[in-house]
Amino acid sequence: MSRRFGGEGLRAARHVLRAYPALLRVGFADMFAYRAELVIWLLTMNMPLVMMALWTAVAATGPVGRFGQREFVAYYLGMLLVRILTGSWLVWELTMEIRHGTLAPRLLRPIHPLWAHSAMQLAAVPLRAVLVSPLLLILYWAAGERLPLHEPERMAIAVAAIAGAWLLLFLIMAIIGTLAAFVESALSIFDVWLGAQAVLSGYLVPLELLPPWVSHAARYMPFRYILGFPVETLIGLESTTSALHELGVQALFIAGSLVATLALWRAALRRFAAFGG
Amino acid sequence: MIRARNLCKTYRVHRRPPGLVAALRSVVRRRYEEVRAVVDVSFDIAPGERVGFLGPNGAGKTTALKILSGLLYPTSGSVTVGDFVPQERRNEFLHMITLVMGQKQQLLWDLPPAETFAMNRALFDLPRREADATQKELVDLLEIGPLIGKPTRQLSLGERMKCELVAALLHRPRVLFLDEPTIGLDVSMQARVRDFIRRYNESTGASVLLTSHYMEDVAALCPRVIVIDKGHLIYDGDLRTLARRIRPEKRITMHFSSVPAPGELDRLGNCVARSDLQATLAVPAAQVTEAVRAALGRLPISDISVEDPPLEEIMQEFLGGQPANGGAKSA
Repeated sequence: MSRRFGGEGLRAARHVLRAYPALLRVGFADMFAYRAELVIWLLTMNMPLVMMALWTAVAATGPVGRFGQREFVAYYLGMLLVRILTGSWLVWELTMEIRHGTLAPRLLRPIHPLWAHSAMQLAAVPLRAVLVSPLLLILYWAAGERLPLHEPERMAIAVAAIAGAWLLLFLIMAIIGTLAAFVESALSIFDVWLGAQAVLSGYLVPLELLPPWVSHAARYMPFRYILGFPVETLIGLESTTSALHELGVQALFIAGSLVATLALWRAALRRFAAFGG
Repeated sequence: MIRARNLCKTYRVHRRPPGLVAALRSVVRRRYEEVRAVVDVSFDIAPGERVGFLGPNGAGKTTALKILSGLLYPTSGSVTVGDFVPQERRNEFLHMITLVMGQKQQLLWDLPPAETFAMNRALFDLPRREADATQKELVDLLEIGPLIGKPTRQLSLGERMKCELVAALLHRPRVLFLDEPTIGLDVSMQARVRDFIRRYNESTGASVLLTSHYMEDVAALCPRVIVIDKGHLIYDGDLRTLARRIRPEKRITMHFSSVPAPGELDRLGNCVARSDLQATLAVPAAQVTEAVRAALGRLPISDISVEDPPLEEIMQEFLGGQPANGGAKSA
């Protein structure tokens, strides 16, 4: 039996590998169709810039903890960069598809709909990277000596942390989006998530500047591994040893989210009513 | 090929009256109601058969199709398509079937249909040469060559529907579930799509299960019909037998070269439609020859035709006369 499942799993993996480039290509073409929307979305990502202005003003009279003015600039630019690179719209897509029944055509294709969604989201990353590349120059000015440009090991950890953050957010959105099969207000649940994420991920304020019990508690929750951890790793606030350890914690959250996503998806299919039409 | 046994599907639906008070009340106390969409439905469909699913709105036709294609789980009962249980959604099963929903589309909205075709080719893991040949054949049959490079959003409803058919058939499925495939199309486009479906069925031997509000679709395509009303199967059998049973009469339509004398028509049979130079008579099937002979002798006929009553009328009478929970009847 296990051999049968093993063989089927391998076949399915090969099938995904063969189909994925086509999905990426379609996602890329689709993204260009929505290029204006992408630019407008980028313009709405101004919260880190607001917080940067606020905290650099605060730090004008002296550093706040480990953060002087340049550290704040580096932190919030890094935050903006990670936020833009890892941003996903899966939860809105999935909720809409489940509620309107438009998930049906996806379910009739021989590939898990989340693979197709992941390709659509990933296809947006290269153009986003090009659009935000000017930020890298400012980041280099603010924290050039802290960036892992000449340390391949740290660079690899930072890239892995950003990739992990993308995947973790994707899976969290998949979980909350899938809840639309059970509750009518899955997007309200996501709003609650976003509220918690703004504080507990370090998006608004670096976690180490929050009361110790809050920053301590945040280490046991997934929010930090979506934004704070990759940013801290990128701008050198984490030592290599600590970053490696945190990478392991991030991987655990990813694994847990993956298991939850798949279990919830199976249950959701039983509830899916394919309304409309 | 398709086997459904005692299929039942019950939805749990939230009900509330309109208005603010009812909205607020529903926050605290929700009223749910069970809706039996499909009740104890059983049938078999053989390979290559074309079967029409008929019934009024909300009868359970689309729900049944969604169960057969694996989108919905039945509340009870069993269904197999080929050797597969649809709800397991195995890749081999998904390669074998297609579901075309006139009100849902799989085409990528902002990209040309050719992109959807290319994506489906990859997703269904079709050899490139084979897929290109199938695509060309389907595109030629439906005459949509110039359209497949335009963004989907810029196509008309009829053009989109034809592209949907290509996307749905690219992997050459052996079972076609067609839910309102001609909805919104004009008469000539409907006829083309019908012709296309028939040719696909004849050339590939695929089974076709079709629902449509246009009785013409069913009459033209499906020798066999399954009639569902309020979730119950109330007829499964030959369409002509049903027509003869419900309306054992023929329609004689006559065109006149001049206005016939008053009273002449009424002596020939029951006149169901009339204008100065045209009339339609309803005549018992056994008396058609006699009535035609009499008409040709007495009336200034320029053209005459004999047809079955329209399927719309037959179904209206059939469904109007059936108890909502009537047991299954077979021809």
